[in-house]
Amino acid sequence: MTHYSWFSVFSKALSGNKGWDRAWRDPEPKAAYDVIIVGGGGHGLATAYYLAKEHGITNVAVLEKGWLGGGNTGRNTTIIRSNYMIDGNTHFYEKSLQLWEGLSKDLNYNAMVSHRQIYNLFHSPSQKEAFAKRYNIMRSCGIDGEILDRNEVMKELPYLDYSPNARFPVYGAAKQPRAGTARHDAVAWGYARGADMRGVDLIQNCEVTGFQRDASGAVVGVETTRGAIKAKKVGIAVAGHTTQVAEMAGLSLPIESHLLQAFVSEPYKPLIDTVITFGAGHFYISQSDKGGLVFGGDLDGYNSFAQRGNFHLIDHLLPEGKAMIPCLSRLRFQRTWGGIMDMTMDGSPIICKSPVEGLYINGGWCYGGFKATPGSGWCFAHTIANDRPHEFNAKLTLDRFRRGYAIDEKGAGPMPGWH
Amino acid sequence: MRITCPCCGERDYGEFAIYGDASRQRPHMDDTDFETWYNYVYTRPNPKGRHLEFWHHVQGCRQWLVVERDTVTHEVYGVALARDVVTLPDAPKAKRKGAK
Ligand SMILES: Cc1cc2nc3c(=O)[nH]c(=O)nc-3n(C[C@H](O)[C@H](O)[C@H](O)COP(=O)(O)OP(=O)(O)OC[C@H]3O[C@@H](n4cnc5c(N)ncnc54)[C@H](O)[C@@H]3O)c2cc1C
Ligand SMILES: [Zn+2]
Repeated sequence: MTHYSWFSVFSKALSGNKGWDRAWRDPEPKAAYDVIIVGGGGHGLATAYYLAKEHGITNVAVLEKGWLGGGNTGRNTTIIRSNYMIDGNTHFYEKSLQLWEGLSKDLNYNAMVSHRQIYNLFHSPSQKEAFAKRYNIMRSCGIDGEILDRNEVMKELPYLDYSPNARFPVYGAAKQPRAGTARHDAVAWGYARGADMRGVDLIQNCEVTGFQRDASGAVVGVETTRGAIKAKKVGIAVAGHTTQVAEMAGLSLPIESHLLQAFVSEPYKPLIDTVITFGAGHFYISQSDKGGLVFGGDLDGYNSFAQRGNFHLIDHLLPEGKAMIPCLSRLRFQRTWGGIMDMTMDGSPIICKSPVEGLYINGGWCYGGFKATPGSGWCFAHTIANDRPHEFNAKLTLDRFRRGYAIDEKGAGPMPGWH
Repeated sequence: MRITCPCCGERDYGEFAIYGDASRQRPHMDDTDFETWYNYVYTRPNPKGRHLEFWHHVQGCRQWLVVERDTVTHEVYGVALARDVVTLPDAPKAKRKGAK
């Protein structure tokens, strides 16, 4: 496998870019593995990578029903941040952000991580208090964060609506300087290549259709569209389909699948060099390196496996954008799409051993799991390798609902569509 | 997506607000079984296909409805007034006018 470097780029360019090898192999599935990961999105691939790199477990296969990174990893709006307040989330997302910081170097693959900051606007004194509480908790945990007043926001984001007509005048903003964006596909590809280099088999077009169980009920392998494969341990990381796959093992999870849309405009000149969220509704925006303004907002609200959204959400979202940044009224859409979110009952994820021996669950990422990709893979690998969680994911368990320890950042209660 | 409200006829879904899963029945308030309440509060069927759910016709007659809808195609199979199809084990039996 070629090591990517200035030298390799330069020398291959001189030879007409002919000599590049493929970035990973395309192996046939073996009869048995030590660990099988179901789902070749960012989380599954990162898990395989860290199993090999951190724990020396290389007899691993990642089984993906479509193509690598073709799920939510390839559909999301790529915002990364660690501004979470509730114990259980705070340190986990911060670990993930720290892994993002060294990721391109670690993977020898340019994940285009850009610490372009995030601004969470607020529009009233009480909203400011809520953000100040959240950001103070972060700061007391050593995570960067600042609270800006209106004048400071005016200097840093001059294109917002500060006119007397503004429907929701900007009162200030919370800012996380280390937050930003990363290139979604590159993250999947970088982890895939890193895992493959360490011996992991990446098997595409291979859908898991059932689990093999032994007499004690433990999972000892999977049934797939490419035949049965044995495994000592099976981890699932299938985002919106977590309940579907867990059901094959007889588990009923506190998760509903919902729809989230995203939007991209025609490419424009550089306008927004950061990430901004609107506080008087749910709208967020950034600009891709190609110039497209990338934005999104709320879930469509109803249960869905359709990967295709409805118009009402668009109708609701665009006026919010315009209320925040008036010049957006001249934008032209290029594309819209949707992804299936596995929304949990408290809006926080699950990374743990399941009640079924040999089966491990990574899911419930809601609409915020892209930022979690490195931390999730890192913690899931630790959990699978050692049969117990790392302290960073110790609270992200399935039984927290049963025990009364929900991690509900928004305080919405067991209503998945409201988080 | 369009929902045919029993009172108002076929309307755009934007007039309605969804409340979510309507397949579970709230246990009797005197029921102290832990599993029963855990399942009621935290688990959902989450089917890929036909799903029973509550919708509220907020911008119409303001009736609560139970809708059967496909979560893959978004096709709506049936709509009923919630008060006609939902029973609560501990609700006082109120007789509506005209009800037998
Ligand atoms: C529109 C949108 C915007 C988003 N914006 C953000 C954002 O700005 N920031 C953020 O942090 N997060 C965001 N998210 C959430 C984020 O995309 C996801 O949480 C994250 O990508 C999940 O990664 P994953 O690897 O778990 O899932 P996926 O990338 O979906 O991978 C799961 C894989 O499992 C495969 N699979 C499913 N069933 C089977 C089976 N039976 N057998 C084999 N394979 C199977 C699927 O094909 C898929 O490739 C957004 C999501 C969407 C849809
Ligand atoms: Zn009506």
